[in-house]
Amino acid sequence: MAKPRIAVHKFSSCDGCQLAFLNLGEALLQLNEQVEILHFLEAGMSDVSADVDIAFVEGSLSTPDELERIRQVRANSQYLITIGACATSGGLQALRNLDGHHDEWRDAIYAQPEFIHTLKNVVPIASEVKVDLELWGCPVNSVQILAAVRALLFGVAPVDDRDRVCLECKRQQTVCVMVTQGTPCMGPVTRTGCGALCPRFGRDCYGCYGPSETAQSETLARRFAGLSLVPDAIARRFLLINSQAPAFLQAGGVFYRSGAEDPRAGDQDD
Amino acid sequence: MSAADFLPRSSLSSLIDLLQQQGYRVVGPQVIDGAILYRPLQQADQLPAGIEQIQQPGQYRLIRTQGPRLFSWANGPQALKPLTFAPRETLWRSHLQADGSLRFEEVIETTEPTAVLGVRGCDLAALSLQDQHFSGDPYYQQRRDSLLLIAVDCSHPADTCFCASTGDGPDARAGYDLALVELDDGYRIRAGSPKGQSLMDNLPLDAATPEQQQQTDEQHQKACQQQRHLPAFEPSRLIHQGQHPIWDSLAEACLSCGNCTSVCPSCFCFSESEVPELDGTTSGHQRQWDSCFSEGHSYIHGHRFRPDTKSRYRQWLTHKFGSWVEQYGRSGCTGCGRCISWCPVGIDPLEALTELGREDVE
Repeated sequence: MAKPRIAVHKFSSCDGCQLAFLNLGEALLQLNEQVEILHFLEAGMSDVSADVDIAFVEGSLSTPDELERIRQVRANSQYLITIGACATSGGLQALRNLDGHHDEWRDAIYAQPEFIHTLKNVVPIASEVKVDLELWGCPVNSVQILAAVRALLFGVAPVDDRDRVCLECKRQQTVCVMVTQGTPCMGPVTRTGCGALCPRFGRDCYGCYGPSETAQSETLARRFAGLSLVPDAIARRFLLINSQAPAFLQAGGVFYRSGAEDPRAGDQDD
Repeated sequence: MSAADFLPRSSLSSLIDLLQQQGYRVVGPQVIDGAILYRPLQQADQLPAGIEQIQQPGQYRLIRTQGPRLFSWANGPQALKPLTFAPRETLWRSHLQADGSLRFEEVIETTEPTAVLGVRGCDLAALSLQDQHFSGDPYYQQRRDSLLLIAVDCSHPADTCFCASTGDGPDARAGYDLALVELDDGYRIRAGSPKGQSLMDNLPLDAATPEQQQQTDEQHQKACQQQRHLPAFEPSRLIHQGQHPIWDSLAEACLSCGNCTSVCPSCFCFSESEVPELDGTTSGHQRQWDSCFSEGHSYIHGHRFRPDTKSRYRQWLTHKFGSWVEQYGRSGCTGCGRCISWCPVGIDPLEALTELGREDVE
């Protein structure tokens, strides 16, 4: 029986999610025995228009040519899996959707803005083509990738674990940073998959795995206010890596106040 | 003349030494990451000396004092539950054979004899509930059988505690091998099992002075005066109060995060899943803590019976305080107050029960 063929495509992204493959170590060799990798630029394979059984897609749609390319990828693939926050919810770069000053930012940042062809709004892959499975995370990890591949090799639907970080925190017997320190943790509304990585190191979850099932974002936002967070700080909790995920966009939007009348006014770092 | 039952604090290490000599791994309370956690203990100076605590709805803080006591706090996020009901474990493995059949391999890891120091009455009561629920579960049972339980009567209940009203504390009532009362200068000890008695026989004990006896009684009386109480309600009616408006306000306040059930010492729900190796020839069958606040908990073949927070909260409360009585002969709540302290938004289920109980009276 022929081995299933896979491709790993990159769109607007930092390449970090592709490392979930490259960091596999020995398992990457085992994976290579199970599947045939036809296209994966970061690993050296190039066949961008190959017909494949599974296409992994990293990155958001941020330019007009990416809209064209994702349609081609979809047409060439049986099963399409988005990997990571950018592909699944727009990622960090989708922050530009929030203030509506796309052109001003572009002109302020680039020396020759006439060469920049970008979309005014960054969108996730699923807004343009049908996505069969979304793997969340910034970045995704190898466990998620392998579990999805293994399930598909068995011919069953991959498990979509939408549990919240809190459940994993408690399984790991990590002490709650919100209850013991009053730290505004996104764990109660964020899906697990990371193994509660940040709380295990004593810091608050910042929501990089996106919304969990029944994410009670507005309830948590109210709690953040009770922990003395000012509206802008609450908005930043929700509108960071997964700002376009509806459950985060809605809660963050309540507290978001566009301060970028003139994006050139100054450095917004805090 | 009372029997010798007093162990000076300076001799507490003789108890730990004795346990270690008898081959026990000792687990005891320690300050880790701002909370009291039960972790392997080598010596007495790892115990939380002078530590007291403030617990409020949604808040848990430790306070360092100069006091000599080692157990002047109520509890931490967990105590016995993770030691008997593992947060995550592999139950069995299956191996694909050359002829296409599967070979199943049972995986039970043996646990070394473990002595737990500093167990509270509320946790012993919850352990007894878990014993009922996991009766016949070999994974639970072998860990349970490995335990030697050394209780310390609670002298400093938190504001979130209400064990006096559930009848499970503040003193250890049953299920311990040894129980200690911590006084300013040492411990009064009583045995609850032959194993405990034989340990006691090997400790350098003195007779307690009248002052120590008096302090024991006064301390107990004081610990019984808790701010919170289980309100009056009719357990069998809870499940019929599904239309009560309280569920809507709870759903508004609740994150559905499952922290209450995870820290509850009697909650026992778990999920099971397959974790196959990449080559597809071997798979581990795993179980892990789940919660009635997760969508997976009520998922049955294509349908989620409890899709929203309202139905999940109602399920938890009516089971814990209502149908649990029918199932296990008593309420699932032992008054430890963890669900109140460790709720990130500070929901107090006793307030909901008070509301629901009002309907009984009307």
